[in-house]
Amino acid sequence: MSLQFDHAYLDHAATAPMLPAAITAYAEAMSVVGNPASIHSQGQNAKRMLEEARERVAASVHSDPIEIVFTGSGTESVNLAIKGLYWARAPRTRILVPGGEHHATVDTVEWLAHQEGARVQWIPLDALGRIDLAALEAAIAENPEDVALVTLLAANNEVGTLQPVEEVAALAAAAGIPVHVDAISAYGHVPIDFAALHAVGVSALSVSAHKIGGPVGIGALVLSRTATVVPLIHGGGQQRQVRSGTQDVAAAVSFAVAATAMTADLEAENRRLSLLRDAVIAGVQSAVPSAVYNGDPDPAGRLCGNAHFTFPGCEGDSLLFLLDVAGVSVSTGSACQAGIPEPSHVLRAMGRSEAEARSALRITLGRTSTQADVDALISALPAAWAQAIGAGMADTAPRAYT
Amino acid sequence: MSGGVDSAVAAARAVEAGHEVVGVHLALSRMPGTLRTGSRGCCTVEDSMDAQRAANIIGIPYYVWDFSERFKLDVVDDFIAEYAAGRTPNPCMRCNEKIKFAALLEKALALGFDAVCTGHYASIVTDDDGNRELHRASAWAKDQSYVLGVLTKEQLAHSMFPLGDTPSKAEVRAEAAERGFSVANKPDSYDICFIPDGDTRGWLGERVAPETGDILDREGNKLGQHEGAVAFTVGQRKGLSIGTPAADGKPRFVLEVRPVSNTVVVGPKEALAIKEIAGTKYTWAGRAPEHPEIEFACDVQIRAHADPEPAVAQVISVPADPTATPPTEAHTELRILPTEPLTGVAPGQTAVVYVGTRVLGQCTIDRTVSAVPVTPIDDVAVPVPADSATINA
Repeated sequence: MSLQFDHAYLDHAATAPMLPAAITAYAEAMSVVGNPASIHSQGQNAKRMLEEARERVAASVHSDPIEIVFTGSGTESVNLAIKGLYWARAPRTRILVPGGEHHATVDTVEWLAHQEGARVQWIPLDALGRIDLAALEAAIAENPEDVALVTLLAANNEVGTLQPVEEVAALAAAAGIPVHVDAISAYGHVPIDFAALHAVGVSALSVSAHKIGGPVGIGALVLSRTATVVPLIHGGGQQRQVRSGTQDVAAAVSFAVAATAMTADLEAENRRLSLLRDAVIAGVQSAVPSAVYNGDPDPAGRLCGNAHFTFPGCEGDSLLFLLDVAGVSVSTGSACQAGIPEPSHVLRAMGRSEAEARSALRITLGRTSTQADVDALISALPAAWAQAIGAGMADTAPRAYT
Repeated sequence: MSGGVDSAVAAARAVEAGHEVVGVHLALSRMPGTLRTGSRGCCTVEDSMDAQRAANIIGIPYYVWDFSERFKLDVVDDFIAEYAAGRTPNPCMRCNEKIKFAALLEKALALGFDAVCTGHYASIVTDDDGNRELHRASAWAKDQSYVLGVLTKEQLAHSMFPLGDTPSKAEVRAEAAERGFSVANKPDSYDICFIPDGDTRGWLGERVAPETGDILDREGNKLGQHEGAVAFTVGQRKGLSIGTPAADGKPRFVLEVRPVSNTVVVGPKEALAIKEIAGTKYTWAGRAPEHPEIEFACDVQIRAHADPEPAVAQVISVPADPTATPPTEAHTELRILPTEPLTGVAPGQTAVVYVGTRVLGQCTIDRTVSAVPVTPIDDVAVPVPADSATINA
């Protein structure tokens, strides 16, 4: 099997193709020897490369460089923020979190509930996937003193709905509660101003390099100077004692190249992606009139590269398979454990049925997406849909051989 | 592709035979275990990864299809319900009947595939008229045609078993090693895949509420009490906890489990001999006999690893019985009369009927007739044919 695919890649939310410049910078930096913690000049050289990278990543989110804690992944950033804030805020035990969060958050707060006695309170989403602010306010008001933290996605990774982060932060800040924002799916599509967010009450924010054309294996937790988190990893005391371990200079350098490229033309790229996204919506709705467009229909309320649909009567994974065979890569948007599909917990949290949650397809665009990719999808879709409808739903009894 | 050695080699052979092959792993649980344990050979995330690695080496695409909901309804819940009804089901056959060659096959056909190819040891032979027949594998020791006995003509038309002509499992393992499959030496699986530790009784005990009931002898005399009929299987000797010994001092065996009255019937070993079995749920694997109502010679096999036994079989008409509880309508059943009485037969098991190496059909056993009539204990040693039937509803 060839390692290179001639597929239309419409799954940028899963991971984005690496920028060629980020690959070059990565390879060059990997050939430089030196532990940034070493005192000799080669160590100092590595340290210089690392800190320049930190400054550039900080610039991409409008934070101070000291507020950038590099981690091994976006998931690690989320874990560090949630567990770190939770433990630092003991004996408070309540965690307020919207439904439909990414599994990095869901599984972390559930682990805290099972192992550490946390009480997780799920704040409902509306039909568009947006947090119910009144419910959040009421949950805080129950007892503002026992809330350890509030955590939420900046933008839902499946349906693309933007959350009112500032309003959430303001409600929490009024009660003195720290807020963590999982901005992993928003990063690269929505301008992130950590200084401004911190001013309204955000303590920590997670991002990841591979969603913007950087390498897999490095993320960052943007952690305010004033926030205290208990570390997950202990050791040499690197990075404010928050995240010990020899720092990955080459990955940080590559991350920085992608971050700089991303911020340089964010607005122009967003305009381009919005047009392509509109072409996806128009094409899908014309090819399959019964398709339901999910999330916020207002372009201002969702990620510009996200088009999310349900196809009533079809299994999302049947459609995914047939489109894959036709050379188009999309996602059902659901979490996978070794590729085992699950109904979308995000759609369930938005009040949709189990059947609808199995019928989802997420189409996500990014920097390398072209009209040709969209055309490939739209031309393959009618046949794939007709065949997937014929295959029916997995929870219905087989017809022919009972 | 389960993640085992057989399905990996079957897939590779199908590719080499010129077919366009896609590897599919069935997700049969919403909450799969992470690592393989003991003698279970499927259904963990590790098994799924093993299957994917084999697909990578063969060079075929690989997908996981979720049948967890159907598997729960058609196999797991059915298994529990059958036990609760006093029968002894075979969940692997139910999975073949309802999942692998039904839900999976139907989805595959709808998505543009022509057939389901598995690593079962069985052969498909096409006769002169183009009819497909299911036959035993050439390696009888590994033959799995029994668990495929439920397949119908339509299902066989879309089935492939590339391992059917392999002389031995050792040869399949050697081929897997030669192909570079990491699963070449993976242990065979024996246990029921959805019962993690192999403790079927314990697992059932958690799902079927046990109720105290009576242990009776064949004449209906109460010998003792049991703590739940579901814990007993026909032929079982141990764990009866009957205080008084049998009059002849011989051990007693479970002859019947009666779920409606929650009673267990015990008796001497000789009474386990069964001279007639029958089932209303019967199917033909491929071409049906032209005159199934006329008695024909065959072999009958009642368990996956039992020997085939000579028998005669025929489809008979059973008139309606308004006096039965519940009343029955007129129907037909496949009746099998083994030449010599069989032991270890329990309702719920599948009787597969062979003619030579060919699987002719099967029925789920729903009644048996003991070869030994209810007689005074002293006479048990001299079994005489009688019509004293042990009817298992």
